[in-house]
Amino acid sequence: MFFTYLRRELAGRRRQTAIVAIGMALAIALVMIVNSVASGVRDAQASVLQSVYGVGTDLTVSQDPTPPEEGEAGAGPGRFEFGADDGTSTDDSTEISQSRLTAGFGSTTFDASALDTVADLDGVEAASAALSLTNMTFSGELPQFAQRTEGEPPAEGDTTQQAPTGGFDGAGGSAFDVNSFSVLGIDPGGAAVGPLSAVELADGRGLEASDAGQAVAVLDASYATSAELAVGDTIDVGGTEFEVVGTVTSTSADAATASNVYIPLGLAQSIAGLDGQVSDLYVQATSSDRIAAVQADIEEALPDATVSTQADLAASVSGSLSTASTLIANLGLWLSVAVLAAAFLIAILFTIQGVTRRTREFGTLKAIGWSNRRVVGQVAGESLVQGLIGGAAGLALGLAGIWVINLVAPTLGGSATTGTLAGGPVAGPGGDGGATASGPFGDRLADAAGSTTEVVLNAPVTISVVAIAIGLAVLGGLLAGAIGGWRAARLRPAEALRSVA
Amino acid sequence: MYTLENVSKTYTQSKRQITALADVSLSIPSGQLVAIQGPTGGGKSTLLQMLGALDRPTSGRISLGEAELSHLPDRKLGGIRAKEIGFVFQGFNLIPTLTAQENVETALAPLGVPAEERRRRALDALASVGLADRAGHVPGELSGGQQQRVAIARALVKEPDVLLADEPTGNLDEETRDEIMDLLEGLWRDRGLTLVVVTHDSAVAKRAERRLHITHGTVTERR
Ligand SMILES: Nc1ncnc2c1ncn2[C@@H]1O[C@H](COP(=O)(O)OP(=O)(O)O)[C@@H](O)[C@H]1O
Ligand SMILES: [Mg+2]
Repeated sequence: MFFTYLRRELAGRRRQTAIVAIGMALAIALVMIVNSVASGVRDAQASVLQSVYGVGTDLTVSQDPTPPEEGEAGAGPGRFEFGADDGTSTDDSTEISQSRLTAGFGSTTFDASALDTVADLDGVEAASAALSLTNMTFSGELPQFAQRTEGEPPAEGDTTQQAPTGGFDGAGGSAFDVNSFSVLGIDPGGAAVGPLSAVELADGRGLEASDAGQAVAVLDASYATSAELAVGDTIDVGGTEFEVVGTVTSTSADAATASNVYIPLGLAQSIAGLDGQVSDLYVQATSSDRIAAVQADIEEALPDATVSTQADLAASVSGSLSTASTLIANLGLWLSVAVLAAAFLIAILFTIQGVTRRTREFGTLKAIGWSNRRVVGQVAGESLVQGLIGGAAGLALGLAGIWVINLVAPTLGGSATTGTLAGGPVAGPGGDGGATASGPFGDRLADAAGSTTEVVLNAPVTISVVAIAIGLAVLGGLLAGAIGGWRAARLRPAEALRSVA
Repeated sequence: MYTLENVSKTYTQSKRQITALADVSLSIPSGQLVAIQGPTGGGKSTLLQMLGALDRPTSGRISLGEAELSHLPDRKLGGIRAKEIGFVFQGFNLIPTLTAQENVETALAPLGVPAEERRRRALDALASVGLADRAGHVPGELSGGQQQRVAIARALVKEPDVLLADEPTGNLDEETRDEIMDLLEGLWRDRGLTLVVVTHDSAVAKRAERRLHITHGTVTERR
């Protein structure tokens, strides 16, 4: 009887069933989509962080940059100095090129002994150190001034002075390229934590313990592509030729890795003139509940250091990713709560209205001997099934919405602004800078402190997303059913005899 | 066998006391056909509610056989309604979304009758009111007289001791009225029911064994 009555009611009052189910479906779909996108954004944030800090890094240690004192060489790159014999001369111009390796923009180095200090602390599982550097290459063509002055004097009666020749335009002009890439000096032994723990080998090999002191480099694969370098080529880092032995990509599909170039820490220190210095420590705690304690211990042991947890780091992710995250957290949440509340309200109001309209019907059933429980069960059952129909429709709608989002696959950019890591993907070799070398150089300065990573948003369909849909459907149905049932329970059987008018 | 002793029922409506039944004492032997008449608002429906265990009197005692209807808890009253009392209403009170057969089956649901037996008994009951061929129709597809027949089948399918009908012909045209009254009378005769009918139709009332008249909550016997 229960199911017959239920089926007949839902089929017989199709419009009410449809309205309640559609309301529930829209709300549930929205909640699913918001939930899925939120977890997609979280994943994206995690992958941005992972590409910068590596997997398993609980804490990073860096030092706040101190403003350079008067007279001291600033934090900026060192000066380029070209001697008389530098460069290679062709007939009418001189090609010059020089690389300098300096501490990364906005990064402050500190003594490497901090690594041992941190590694010895209780609750530290693993720690590694890195030196973040920026390599700047200045290259260009100068005209052959000498050739011109030493040439034949202008012919007698020739009033027009001979036009200068040579240079990049063949008319005495000069062209310069200023090109930079980020370099990370790391422990080649392959530390358990650190930037390279979240990369995959794309080609060649990674750095090995035996590479310490060897002029070998591993390149970020996308940088290698843009710089037209491959395994076996050489790359000039601070004036030293490094052999490219491998390329790496981020394990999180579309993210760039932490640095363009990775070289052994010792060489990085000596070439940059920063012997015994590092810029970042990557620390893994023995368990997640010890992170706070370890953070406090490090801060105590290294008073000048800035210690950041993953949570701090997540907060530091900026760019469209952070906008998306804020949008989801605020608008998405409130919108879904509002729509959900509206849907529940519609379900409840329709159920109450239905019970009121069917006063005589339920009174009659009670008059012919139906127990309160049976009547309440019938009302609640109808609401629950309406909720479930809405839930099923909402699940389908939500999955379709998530599918569309994944089909569109919006790209979000995220910068982990650490204040210590320089570089990021290079926008291609320095263009034809000419005398105005500001293009790539200026850009680099502007976002030197961050590493922008492009992540394609992937909204996952997790068990929890599906569970939320079903749970909300059941909850909405039960809520409406409970309220409607309560109303029905209070009906007196004598209502059945109430006059028709 | 109904026994009513000093039964009163008062309703409180916006601080005003309305006496629907005033100190009614009477007894109805099993198998009697009783017609109840009286002006609108006289208390006919209220008396039927008391007899039908739908409500308890404000004071006094009322019993059906062994059962003290005036003092039993709601659950027990529900059980008595399910087993022993059949109702027929002026407005038919069928469930609009259920077919005739399913409407009849609703009376058997609280008795825990298995589905197959429920179906069979419902069809038998519909046949006994002459609606065997309308079992699959919903109330909207039936005439007023047919709907009341379905309601009568619903009241009788559980084979009750008592059938209570509150103006069963009030919503029907003249021709159909006689059909329905004839049907009720025939069932009463065949099944040995106690039948209490509220009716305005004096012709019908004249055929009854006993006539009661209710005005202002007071019952008087008519002959
Ligand atoms: N639930 C109720 N609340 C208040 N007053 C009621 C209620 N039911 C009936 N009454 C009043 O009790 C009196 C008797 O009503 P009723 O038994 O329905 O009369 P009848 O059926 O003879 O027309 C009327 O005055 C009616 O207004
Ligand atoms: Mg009445």
